[in-house]
Amino acid sequence: MAWTRKDLVSMQDIEAGEIGDLLDTAESMKEIATREIKKVPTLRGKTVVNLFYESSTRTRTSFEIAGKWLSADVINFSASGSSAEKGESFLDTARNIEAMSPDVVVVRHKAAGGPALLARHLRCSVVNAGDGAHEHPTQALLDLLTIREKKGHLEGLNVTIVGDITHSRVARSNIHGMRKMGMTVTVAGPPTLIPPACQEMGVKVSHRLEEAIAHADVIMMLRLQHERMTGGFIPSLREYSRVWGLGLDRLQHCRPDVLIMHPGPVNRGVEISPEVADSRYSVILDQVTNGVAVRMAVLFLLAGSRAA
Amino acid sequence: MSAREKAEVLDQAGLDRALTRIGHEIVEQAGGADLALVGIKTRGETLAARIAQKIASIEGKRPAVGALDITLYRDDLGTRAEQPQVRSTEIPFSLKGLTVVLVDDVLFTGRTIRAAMDALMDLGRPRVIRLAVLVDRGHRELPIRPDYVGKNLPTSRKETVAVMLTEHDGQDRVVIQEPEEGEPTLDGATTPTPRRTIKKGRA
Repeated sequence: MAWTRKDLVSMQDIEAGEIGDLLDTAESMKEIATREIKKVPTLRGKTVVNLFYESSTRTRTSFEIAGKWLSADVINFSASGSSAEKGESFLDTARNIEAMSPDVVVVRHKAAGGPALLARHLRCSVVNAGDGAHEHPTQALLDLLTIREKKGHLEGLNVTIVGDITHSRVARSNIHGMRKMGMTVTVAGPPTLIPPACQEMGVKVSHRLEEAIAHADVIMMLRLQHERMTGGFIPSLREYSRVWGLGLDRLQHCRPDVLIMHPGPVNRGVEISPEVADSRYSVILDQVTNGVAVRMAVLFLLAGSRAA
Repeated sequence: MSAREKAEVLDQAGLDRALTRIGHEIVEQAGGADLALVGIKTRGETLAARIAQKIASIEGKRPAVGALDITLYRDDLGTRAEQPQVRSTEIPFSLKGLTVVLVDDVLFTGRTIRAAMDALMDLGRPRVIRLAVLVDRGHRELPIRPDYVGKNLPTSRKETVAVMLTEHDGQDRVVIQEPEEGEPTLDGATTPTPRRTIKKGRA
């Protein structure tokens, strides 16, 4: 099917066929990373603005590399040290940037719905690079690409997502995407960190780690999002780690072909032990590599598809 | 757009003979040494593999074969209603110092070949690039000329040339099609490339 959307705001909005197309395109983009000269002229003359209101290393760098490998001009904007500190509203800043004629604005914001707001008000394409605890669609896409690459398919796989589901935009985007691709999703974590309405998204809920991971094809460990917690969710980090942390001992009861994933940043020794993070089951760095390919696919489809 | 078949240009035997002749011409000019065939996806890739087979039966040695996807090098991105599918480029050998023969099914405006040459140059520095096409239908928009031609085929712009290969279409033949009476022609629309034309031809 053909890509016709102006924006990529959420996994909830897009259809299984579009996800499949995005993954196919990303898979083809991977070859460029293996070249001696990592550049194709595809988006020459296009401008991509990274508009980041929250800190980010991986995602911003990944979008920047993706844009540059496609020959787009990539401009980075971070809220600190900008007019946002002088009292300019989010929408006004975005409109000012649009007045400089970018083709794609990649936005990360602490408020859920920030990218959707820009998508409604700007003529250029908008990509959601994470909005509060809402969604992070390119992360879900790179996770799906990694799983498809390692397992050969997506449909019918069992995925268990462990940890702070409530504050995780990665979990939310992945649940939408995985359900659409015919996967079974279980979320596991302390009751305080599992949203009550979780089952409405079509996932199973477990409050025992051993039970949740025993039959999983894929285990995705999440970081505790301290920056979004207002307090009182867990008794202590040490207790959380003992009950919900993934160490070698627990890994022994998993399937021998299990994939261990983590969207990063990893807090070693909290949600995942260093031995597991570096084990042969871990595909954490493959996820990062695939992130560039997925973002190249997204920029290509958004910036290249509309009539100029 | 529906199309009416106007004439068969090559049947299975004719198509095979054309590829045999191209194989002989390549060997005669380039010899077998340091030769690589690079097919432009998707039918060019199939034709490159078949020509390589011909060369193997002549020389006893099969040249290296690669496949090139030129989507990322097109000059009409953003001007088309829908985005073409990006496929992967598979050239698992160094191009440095090789005689590379680009292979495509139909040579039309020359824009695909321009894109393919840019793509090849990004991957390495071949000694020579030559061009083999099954059908040259004319109407060039760029100064590009094929070195090996299966069939020269004068066409009008509103006609389309459909290359059918067993691997993709269940049969080997080349036909000229023209749009049904009263339907809009390709003229004035987005610049058609051979690939696009074929797709329309099969629709």
